[in-house]
Parts: sequence; C-alpha cells; structure tokens
Amino acid sequence: MDIYAILFWMLSAMAVCSALGVILSRNPVNSVLCLILTFFSISGHYILMNAQFLAIVNVIVYAGAIMVLFLFVIMLMNLNADVEPQKGQLVQLAGVISGGILFLVVLAGIKAAKVESMETKSTDIGLIANLGKVLFQKYVLPFEISSVLFLSAMIGAVVIGTKDKTPAVTTEVKN
Amino acid sequence: MLLLQAAAGHVDWGFIIEKVILITVILFGSLGIAMYATWAERKVAAIMQDRIGPSRAGIFGLAQPLADGIKLFFKEEIIPDRSTRFIFILGPCLAMLTATMTSAVMPWGPDFTIGGRTIALQVADINIGILFVFGVVSLGVYGVMLGGWASNNKFSLLSSIRAASQAISYELAMGISLIALLMMTGSLSLRDIVQQQHGFWHDGYFSWNFFKQPLGFIIFLTCSFAELNRAPFDLPECESELNMGYHQEYSSMKLGFYLFAEYINMFVSSAIICTLFFGGYNFPFMDQVMQAVPPVLFSAICIMALMTKIVFMILFFMAVRWTLPRFRYDQLMRLGWRSLIPLALVNMVVTGGVILWTLKK
Repeated sequence: MDIYAILFWMLSAMAVCSALGVILSRNPVNSVLCLILTFFSISGHYILMNAQFLAIVNVIVYAGAIMVLFLFVIMLMNLNADVEPQKGQLVQLAGVISGGILFLVVLAGIKAAKVESMETKSTDIGLIANLGKVLFQKYVLPFEISSVLFLSAMIGAVVIGTKDKTPAVTTEVKN
Repeated sequence: MLLLQAAAGHVDWGFIIEKVILITVILFGSLGIAMYATWAERKVAAIMQDRIGPSRAGIFGLAQPLADGIKLFFKEEIIPDRSTRFIFILGPCLAMLTATMTSAVMPWGPDFTIGGRTIALQVADINIGILFVFGVVSLGVYGVMLGGWASNNKFSLLSSIRAASQAISYELAMGISLIALLMMTGSLSLRDIVQQQHGFWHDGYFSWNFFKQPLGFIIFLTCSFAELNRAPFDLPECESELNMGYHQEYSSMKLGFYLFAEYINMFVSSAIICTLFFGGYNFPFMDQVMQAVPPVLFSAICIMALMTKIVFMILFFMAVRWTLPRFRYDQLMRLGWRSLIPLALVNMVVTGGVILWTLKK
C-alpha cells in the first residue's frame, strides 16, 4: 500500500463520515459544517488526481460561495434543532423502505465494483491550461450552451426577485 | 507532496528545513506587523485628529501592542450559557486560520543561491496561486458568520448576516476585476505575475500592472475594503446600530483573535495588492542594483522594497478609515451591485478588446 492509496482511503473515510454527519446531525448549522468538510475532502481527491484547478474551484464555488449562502439562509430563518419538524409515522415507514431499497442497490453496486482495480491515475487534464484548451476547443459548443443555461437561471432569479412595481395604496404615507 | 517524498525515503532534508524556517519567519513576521499595525492605527488616528495617541507604554507607546496582548490574555474568559459552545470556539480559530493561510503563496523576493543551493523566497509556487488566495478569502467569512451565530445574540446574528451578504456581493466584482488582470498576465501563478512586472519601465511603458489596469485596481481596492470589513464598509462592526457586532459576546483572547485577524488580513491584502498591481518586490533600476551587489543582499533589498510598498498600503487603509464616514447598508449594496460589477464587466470587455486588437497588429 503506497502513500497515494493511504491518502485516498483517508480522504474517502473523511468524505463518507462527514457526508453521514450532514444527514445525521439534528442542528442544521452542524450539517452545513459537515458538508463543507465533505467538499474539502473531495477537493483532496482532486489534488490526488493532479487536478489542482478543479480542487480550488470546488473550494471557491461550493465551500466558499454556495455554503455561505446556505448558512446565510439558515441564520436568516434562525433554524435550530428544536424547530425541526417531526415527521409522522407513515413518512418514517416510507423513509425506511426507500432507504432499504437504496441500500440494496448500493450493496449490489459495491459487489460488482472491483476495488483492487482502483488506481489513482496521474493525468494532466485537471491543470488549468489543459482544461481550458479542451473546454474551448473540443467542447466549445456544450460549454457555451451551459453558459446560456446559467444566463437563463440568472434572469429567472432577477424576475422572481424584482419587487412588485404597482404600489399598494394603503401603505402610502403622505407628509 | 512533502509527506509523499518523506515516505518514499529519498527526502531532501535541506528543502524541509528551508521551508520550515521560511514559514516560521513569515508567520511571526505577519504577526509582528499586525501587532504594530494596531499601534500604527492608533497613532494615525491620533495624528489625524490632532491628539497624541498611545504614549505611556514605552517610548512613543511602542510597547502598547504587547501590553494590550498581555491584558487580553489575562482577562476572564466568558462563554455564554446559551451559546453553541463548539462553534463559538471554532469561530475565532477559523478567522485566525484563514488570515494566516494566504501568505503561503506570496512571493516575497527573488531566488538566491547559497552554497550551490537555490532558495526561493516563497513557501509554495502553485500554478493557481491567485485562485488559492481567492479560495481562502471566500472562506474567510466563516469565522465571522459562525462566531456571530453561535453567540446566540441578536446583534451578533445581524452582524454576521451583514458580513456574509457583504462578502458575497463584493467577491463578485473582485473576481471580475481580477479576470481582466489575468487576461493580460496569462498566468495564475503569483510568481509569474511578479516576474512580468520586472523593473519599472519596459518597451516604452510602465511595467507595473497598476498602469495597465487602473480601473481594475480601483475596483479591486474598493472590494478589498469591503472584504476586510474596514471603514467605510465596516457595517458588521457598526457600533451605532449593532453595539459591537459579531464579537459582542467574545472576551479575552478570543476577542483578541478576531481583532488581530483583521490586522493580519489587512497586511496580507496589502501584500496581494502590491504583488498584483505594484510590481511586488520589483523596483526601478533593479537591474543596475542587481549587478552592483551580491545576490543575497539583492534579495534583501527586494524584500525591503516589497515591505515598503506594503507599509504604504497599510497606511493608506488607515488614512481612509479615519477620513471617510461609514456607508449606509443600502448604499453599500447599491455600490457593489449597481456600480462595481457593471464597471468591472466593462473593464473586462475593454481589456479583452484591446488584447485582441494588439494581437491582430
């Protein structure tokens, strides 16, 4: 077992444990913190695969921006462990059944996967220069189309966020 | 990577010792500079307001930061009863951690050779250096957010929500203004960016990026004020509305960590601004100086040049704090979203156009 494999298993254990922490912890802020930890361990995997650009972008976008927004919303709504809604018996039963089915699928998947064949291949595709060349030459059309998708999402957010322009008569204050 | 080499058995001990020394020097250097930045801030404020400022502890009050530090250490430590204890302690630790992490990718001076060994005055030259800085900056807000939330105090909570929305809003404009700069440098490595700004004059124009990207510099500077939570954008610590802000419930050295992290951040961001826009360790007529003095001395002069620029930048930050009044919160948001982001976008498009035009010629 070489050092890459040791690091890989350590990072994987960290990722799985913190991902479990996300769903198991009662406090939403702890869930967010666990999710951040998960993103960090995934970034560690990227670095092992020599994809430094992907690693740092993962940290900037997910851990740095999206999780800050998550935390922001949780704080704004002041969610706590004691205000978490309790589910009814039927919902819990449904959860157990669907979770069990998912567990079977995962078990079958793990059985089929050959863990011994896993190896960390060191490629150069994750370095920023190579990634940029591939994105802007080979996959330029899908790349541009996905940017249009982002643009439509942004416009949608602006439309939803725009205040109603018609002023309500009752709230008008006259000096 | 160091660990990998160590495990593989062929480890370069000289390399490890060199890096450990460098890290220690940079860490204690930035702590020391941050310490005296607190002193300088009070002196600058005093001079600008026609007062004397700290003068009792030591000559010119130079022992004041030490006295403050000792005072903070010995104060009673209070953790509020209804706080989330773990996160309450985690907050200041995160603030301090993210403040000191950025200096790892800064190039402090040119390489020099001692006894056949080339020593780089940079802890890690990674090819995505500026993105690393950006990543750490984007994590920096967690310290404030978590600390404010865990305090279980309404003022702290409001303050951390303000800090978060401010940081997110200004990160956008900051990133876009950086893209324009990076289109010109063509590299994300801070080392390359500094080396491209060699000297002061090159091919009939200034070589420093400030003269090539003046608008980008102004946007970047404004955003760094906001990211640092410093006046005129210190809304999270706005005492007339929020008492003390996010560190309301903190006492003893935890409070000290928050206050201190702000000064370390100021030092680091001054260093980044100098590196990106003011040529880093480059200075005019450096080629002539390089030929005149031995390489070790030349490296020392380069470090001094960078430090001088950083000190000027820190003094500028302080002068702004004691000159401009605080913005109102809606003004802050309007400035960020309606002025800085469109300006940064225009700057990016114009820069791209100019680069295309010069390529065609």
